[in-house]
Amino acid sequence: MTFDEKYFDIGRLDRLSYRDTFVHRLDPRAKVIATMLFLFTVISFPKYEVIALAPFFLYPVLMMTIGEIPVRFMIRKIIVVSPFAVFIGIFNPLLDTRTVAVIFGVSLSAGWISFLSILMKFALTISAALLLIATTSFPGVCHALRRLGLPALFVSQLLFLYRYLFVLMEEAMRIIRAREMRSFGSRGAGMKMFVRLLGILFLRTVDRAERIYYAMLSRGFQGDIPTLKRSHIALSDLLFLSVVITCLGVFRFFPLTEGIGRLAQELF
Amino acid sequence: MSHHIVEFKDVFFRYPDGTEALKGVNFRITHGESVGIVGANGAGKSTLLQHINGYLLPTSGTINVGDLILTGKTRREIRKKVGIVFQNPDDQLFMPTVFDDVAFGPLNLGMDEESVRERVQKALGMVNSLDLQDKPPHHLSSGQKSAVAIAAVMAMEPDILAMDEPAANLDPRSRRSVITLLKTFKHSKIIASHDLDLILDVCQRCIVIGGGVVVADGPAAEILSNQMFLEENNLELPLSFQGRP
Repeated sequence: MTFDEKYFDIGRLDRLSYRDTFVHRLDPRAKVIATMLFLFTVISFPKYEVIALAPFFLYPVLMMTIGEIPVRFMIRKIIVVSPFAVFIGIFNPLLDTRTVAVIFGVSLSAGWISFLSILMKFALTISAALLLIATTSFPGVCHALRRLGLPALFVSQLLFLYRYLFVLMEEAMRIIRAREMRSFGSRGAGMKMFVRLLGILFLRTVDRAERIYYAMLSRGFQGDIPTLKRSHIALSDLLFLSVVITCLGVFRFFPLTEGIGRLAQELF
Repeated sequence: MSHHIVEFKDVFFRYPDGTEALKGVNFRITHGESVGIVGANGAGKSTLLQHINGYLLPTSGTINVGDLILTGKTRREIRKKVGIVFQNPDDQLFMPTVFDDVAFGPLNLGMDEESVRERVQKALGMVNSLDLQDKPPHHLSSGQKSAVAIAAVMAMEPDILAMDEPAANLDPRSRRSVITLLKTFKHSKIIASHDLDLILDVCQRCIVIGGGVVVADGPAAEILSNQMFLEENNLELPLSFQGRP
């Protein structure tokens, strides 16, 4: 993947949030709260839990279907960040070699189970977070956080991060292109040059920050970024929240997968 | 109405690194005038513009904007009177959506929700960009960004409009629409630019800056047709005067 492709990929996540579906229309606050609860519930499971995590995939799958988010795009996004989770969990099978089950003559150690559990939790939490942004838009999430009581300073930082991420990437892209154009296939003088390029990028950023601050002052900035209220909690939001909370509670405290399995055994 | 004036009296400015950018600038712009400021690179145009709304304070001399003398205390008031449009719209559009950005100024003026919405609609309507309001600035074209940047300033309803290269980086058609737009504004306008044809089109008066002082001040048509003088100041005749064979 080249730098350009990566850049336009981020733009795509952003563009997904312009759609108009039931999920997109929900109040951002409802979605933020639902996502947070979802994350905490998933994380709260003990480290050898695999089976009870399975029903939780219902949430991302439903959000994705109703929100018309392309599945392959989400899976690609999850794979891109998966090395972090893999590195965290990869040593578990080596360190935790206690055998817990023997399946077809292959002994399964507890380490593999906890590794699998980590991967599942990772896939669940990342997809929930990505879906929140893909269905709410980043500014939407920020305004929701502000109205849920997060300090103004943090929210302003997040908003600036979002706004200037794209500008900064374009700036970096210009520098990288200029280097590639004159390095004729070699790596452009290597590490030393790279460090210098970073320095230039930093200086340009500082300059830009100053110009932006000037622009803000020119329009009466006094330390807080004021915003207008634009959404109201509707009945559908409360409904959505209560369904999510009920499901999370049931999935967390009742062994649902086991129940379904027993039921199936009895039937056949 | 005499209070929409901008007056520079013996304004000197030295940057912290010792560079003398302004060395005694004098001019007076009265209500409703549109004035072009031209000069070579590094002549002091941007520095001068940054003085008009008090981002920089003069080292010595006085600046009078709408009957207020510019000091550290009055600059907040002065910023309400003077709207500045920057050369690079990316520096100016700092909010995540166009609507938020145009609403930023009016909200800071402490207006209530209803009137903020009205102002935003009016300002975006003025630059024909109403359909852009929910878009994030990074998905706009350069022409759209410039239009929105102008709307963001107009939403504050300033008495005086100052612009730094309003048509730089624009394709000919977008440039033309910016020029048409500028002509419809009845404000006092101060436009710093290298685009001499734009100045000729929009401004009746022209101030030439060179080496930190005013080297010429008079009717734009007269100054911008004086080839000898323009070339002495690293400028040239506007293209419309050049007459191709």
